[in-house]
This record gives sequence, C-alpha cells and structure tokens, in this order.
Amino acid sequence: MKGLRFIIAGVIFGIIMTKSEAVSWYRIQEMFRFQSFHMFGIIGTAVVLGALAVFLIKKFRIKDSQGNPIVFTDKQKTRANYIIGGLIFGLGWALTGACPGPMFVNIGYGYVSFIIVVIGAVAGTYLYGLLRGKLPH
Amino acid sequence: MLDLLKQPWPWYTSGAAIAAIMALLLYFGKSFGFSSNLRTICSMAGAGKKVSLFDFDWRTQKWNLLFLVGSILGGLISATLLKNDAPLKLAGATVTDLKAIGINFDGQLNPAQLFGAHSLSFKNIVILLSGGLLVGFGSRYAGGCTSGHAISGLSNLQFPSLLAVIGFFAGGLIMTHFLLPLILPI
Repeated sequence: MKGLRFIIAGVIFGIIMTKSEAVSWYRIQEMFRFQSFHMFGIIGTAVVLGALAVFLIKKFRIKDSQGNPIVFTDKQKTRANYIIGGLIFGLGWALTGACPGPMFVNIGYGYVSFIIVVIGAVAGTYLYGLLRGKLPH
Repeated sequence: MLDLLKQPWPWYTSGAAIAAIMALLLYFGKSFGFSSNLRTICSMAGAGKKVSLFDFDWRTQKWNLLFLVGSILGGLISATLLKNDAPLKLAGATVTDLKAIGINFDGQLNPAQLFGAHSLSFKNIVILLSGGLLVGFGSRYAGGCTSGHAISGLSNLQFPSLLAVIGFFAGGLIMTHFLLPLILPI
C-alpha cells in the first residue's frame, strides 16, 4: 500500500493542527487582533525550520525516497494574482477561521457544519476556474 | 506519554512538526499544498470538460487526497483518543473584543454560535458558505493557501509567496476589524 504513508502524514498533520489549536476560529481571531503570539509562533517556527530544511536539501542535493533529485519549482513571476487572490483568501480565512486544511480537520473533529464551508470552497475554486481568463494576473 | 500528547501543544512543537510534514512530503517527492485538493475535487466531478483549469489527470493528485483523508482522521483522533476537556486558553483581550461583536467565548475550538450543528440558522449557513467561497476562490487565484505559500513558498524564499501572505493578512485584518463587526450582529 504505497498510499498509506500519505494517509499517515495527513493523520499527523490533523493531530498537530488540532492539538496546537491552529484549527480554532478563536485562535485566528486572536492572531488577526495581535493579542497572542501563539499563531505567529507556529507559522514563524514552521517557516524558519522549513527554510532550513529546503536549504539543506538543496546544499546536499538530497534525493527523495525514489532516488530522484528533489526539485523546487519557482512560482510564476506575476504580482496582481498573488495580492488580489491573497486578499480574497484572507477575508474568508478570518470569517470562517479556517484555511483549506483546517476545514477538513474540523470535520473530523466533529464540527460537521464545516462541510458547508468545504462546499463553498469547492464552489469558489470552480468559480475561479470559470473566470480565470477575465481576471488580472 | 499519552497524557503529554493530550495537552494543548505549544507553538514551537507545532511549528516544528509542520516543517517536518513539509520536509517529509518533499522526501516522498511531493510538495505540501492543501488547496490543490479543491481543484482536484472539481476535476474528479468532471469540471475539466468545460473549464481548462480542471482539465488534468486527477489521479496524479491521489496522494494529496489521501493526505486529506488522513487529516480528517487526525481531527477525529484528536477529538477521541487525545481529547482534552480543559477550555482553550484564549487571550482575555480577544474574549472581550469578541463579546463586543456578539460572540461569547465557550472554551471550545470554534464558537457553537457559528458552527454548532444545532444553531445552523440561515444566517450561519450564508456566513459559512460565503466564507468558504472566498477561501476557495482566493486560494486558487493566488495559486495556493497557507500551506502552499506561507509554509512551502516562504521556506523556498519565493517572493510571490510573500506577496500572497501579505494579501492573506491584509484580507484577514479587513474582515476582522471592519467587516465582522458589521456582519455578526445582523
């Protein structure tokens, strides 16, 4: 079962996100009100250690589990889509207290009403696909 | 050991664990980005016939869907095996601020007033649906979400990801400080 490792990685992710309360609507409100270091600490630590991991992978040309080189693709060098898309994302993030991962984690935790948020998110993704050609990028 | 895991995890443990998940997925030859799953779901539903964004072989993304299934299971495990009944330690200032916009802190992960299955009013359904819509639309427009941009992108020192993360925060601040006080008391 080659897929099992991804399920296990997802399980660990779900546990991390709930046990550190990063899936909490309240914690997201606290972050956007700058009233606790908690969420900044989580994201900051993840970015600093993540950058270190990427640096080491590149420096020592570490291979993946299949023996292939680990490749990093650069993001497209546009600007408008990142800023406008990011802004729209942020509005929804603060409203629902959840980005895409935590929506699903919350369903598992027992907040079944997040199914509605997921339906909205899938619809939003589809809507973007429809309008892509008409939007500035 | 189990008792240690049941407690709320401090930010540094969680931050380190998230970086480890990202590195683990890189080692598996994949890239950590959760919102791609939303695109995959559209493709699975047949949206690729009409819209080019969804015209790809979704089977190549099966690994990420398995990660999604795992994340739901992880939430379930936290709510059962690793359940902790102590109330969330929210900053006092946040409790006061939320009270002012009509949200009473109940010590859970999410306010029952908004997310409780029993309080699923028409207004709440509209809030949840439109919030999800903004997240889905915005993440695809920006080419990624918190995992793809804030974690994977910033770790790889991508300037576009920095722009996206600034956008995430600007949007979040506008919603929190200007729009929520208008929306919630309706």
